[in-house]
Amino acid sequence: MSTSTTGLAALPPAVRKVARPPGRSFWMRLGRHLLRDRVAIVCLVILLAIALSAIFAPWLVPADPYKTSMLRRLLPPGERGYLLGTDELGRDMLTRLLYGGRVSLSMGLAPVVLATLIGGALGIIAGYFGRQVNMLIMRVIDVFYAFPSVLLAVAMAGVLGAGIMNSLISLTLVFIPPIARVAESVTTQVRNQDFVEAARATGAGSWRIIVEHMLANVTGPILTYASSLVSVSIIIASGLSFLGLGARPPIADWGLMLNTLRQAVYVAPLNAVLPGVMIFLTSVSFNLLSDSLRTAMDVRA
Amino acid sequence: MTGADPRDRGGPQQPLLIVDGLKKYFPLRNALGTVSAHVQAVDGIGFSIAKGETLGVVGESGCGKSTTARLLMQLIEPDAGSFVLDGDPVGRGGVTVRELRRQVQMVFQDSYASLNPRHTAAQEIAFGLRVIGKDTATAEAEARQTLRMVGLDPDLYAGRYPHEMSGGQRQRVNIARGIALNPRLLILDEAVSALDKSVQAQVLNLLDDLKQRLNLTYLFISHDLNVVHYVSDRVLVMYLGKIVEVGPVDRIWREAAHPYTRALFSSRLSMNPALRVAAPPLSGDPPNPVRPPSGCRFRTRCTLAEDVCAASEPALIPSPLDAAHAVACHIARAGSGHSLAGALANAA
Repeated sequence: MSTSTTGLAALPPAVRKVARPPGRSFWMRLGRHLLRDRVAIVCLVILLAIALSAIFAPWLVPADPYKTSMLRRLLPPGERGYLLGTDELGRDMLTRLLYGGRVSLSMGLAPVVLATLIGGALGIIAGYFGRQVNMLIMRVIDVFYAFPSVLLAVAMAGVLGAGIMNSLISLTLVFIPPIARVAESVTTQVRNQDFVEAARATGAGSWRIIVEHMLANVTGPILTYASSLVSVSIIIASGLSFLGLGARPPIADWGLMLNTLRQAVYVAPLNAVLPGVMIFLTSVSFNLLSDSLRTAMDVRA
Repeated sequence: MTGADPRDRGGPQQPLLIVDGLKKYFPLRNALGTVSAHVQAVDGIGFSIAKGETLGVVGESGCGKSTTARLLMQLIEPDAGSFVLDGDPVGRGGVTVRELRRQVQMVFQDSYASLNPRHTAAQEIAFGLRVIGKDTATAEAEARQTLRMVGLDPDLYAGRYPHEMSGGQRQRVNIARGIALNPRLLILDEAVSALDKSVQAQVLNLLDDLKQRLNLTYLFISHDLNVVHYVSDRVLVMYLGKIVEVGPVDRIWREAAHPYTRALFSSRLSMNPALRVAAPPLSGDPPNPVRPPSGCRFRTRCTLAEDVCAASEPALIPSPLDAAHAVACHIARAGSGHSLAGALANAA
């Protein structure tokens, strides 16, 4: 019996060591690709900065986000020690923007995470079992698909009533159908590959095959798609707040701030656009990061 | 290791597997989801595989070779048919389908698609071992041992992902995954077809070596007649979901009785340029398996077809000269009504 196909065994040990590949897994390769992508790094840094400053807001800015003052209304940036000025009730803009990041970022991430878990599970089950199971799940999903996402979110938030919790629920429901669809199509593709047949040939049960063979192969594309929804979620959440269906005053939230400062747009235009700039920065970063993720994942070794 | 195999219950004369009346029709659904027709992928075939032999299966694309393999693997459920595993009927009153599945493993054609891209070689092999109840450490250790058996140094290859290996190495991992579960029958579905010639030869030698050491029986599916000739003891020729001829490999190679088998063999390229045929021996595509021709399924392309071929379907009957050689053709059976009936047998 021969011991090696490549003849590597015949080489001296030192050469063999060099010839040995590192055995890099999918996620390690992905990480390396992302680290070589300059856009991805810039986006990551921006998002990290926004997230960290939102989390550590109480230590970064000593001002109270809810303390109003009629004397200091709509001060332009830089005046009287207010780095980014004040809003229509005299509250410190910088403080409120940082605190607002807490709500806006959670509203961007939480619904997408929840929808990925629920929609991903539904899509994988539909894709793996096929036939009637697929029919049942995907047709119900199609019903939700018939409504434009923004309209669906507004309608649902309207029915449930205003509030952060309710807009979170309605956003989750909005994102389940598209994620389930992506998960279903990816799962169907992977399911038809020979290695799944081979796994079934060992006598393994469906659950085991899904967990050990399917999940690792479908999470990549599902996560890529989900990451592109974060920015949409932030924007719709801001929209809901703007319409008065999301966060309620005096809570600091970028969408809500945009709404309340809208009357001041001629008096203090710079102050009025600041929340919009934050929404823009965050959603663009998430979008570009998601694009980089997709390119990195496309690379086949 | 050719001595007594503890798994052997029926003795050397008992075939490892007897298949009878195996049938699989795939439903074709129209837009409304109602079944409009059936693809008759495998239509009532029966054969047996002796212990320790290599049974070659040849035929054109779409003749039901791979469907047969998947039916044997229990990956798809047959519409009809019975299996007898080493003397015990599978199903009611005999061994379970699960037991049959455990004794049969398969190696697929596409070495890349049949390995999970996110699993290392060792993980891939260990998966099946864990499924049958071994703990992770034992399974990994056995996986490394199996890698050694297929000629891959576990220190070098155990941690490799499919994209880090060559086609031949991947196919060795596939073979290792199959034999790790200690099966008695290994189905090789075009297992060497995608490899280049030199690697193909290495893998065939490996298969031969493993067969001796592990008391394996092979069902070797291939469209490469030369390879089938090299590895097989007996050959089974399929056409459009039916067996048209089965017999010892040398006999079929020397005196194929079915016109289809002859056509198949004359389509082989000769090593001698002077002997190369210019005209294709068979013209046209196989008929639509949704609506196969009446009588003999090959008659639409057969140069010797007569009225009787359309009227009745020829049964697969043993040749009067050699009981191991069976043919499904009216010409081979004296008194069938075909004008050439018996002539070929006499000529031989």
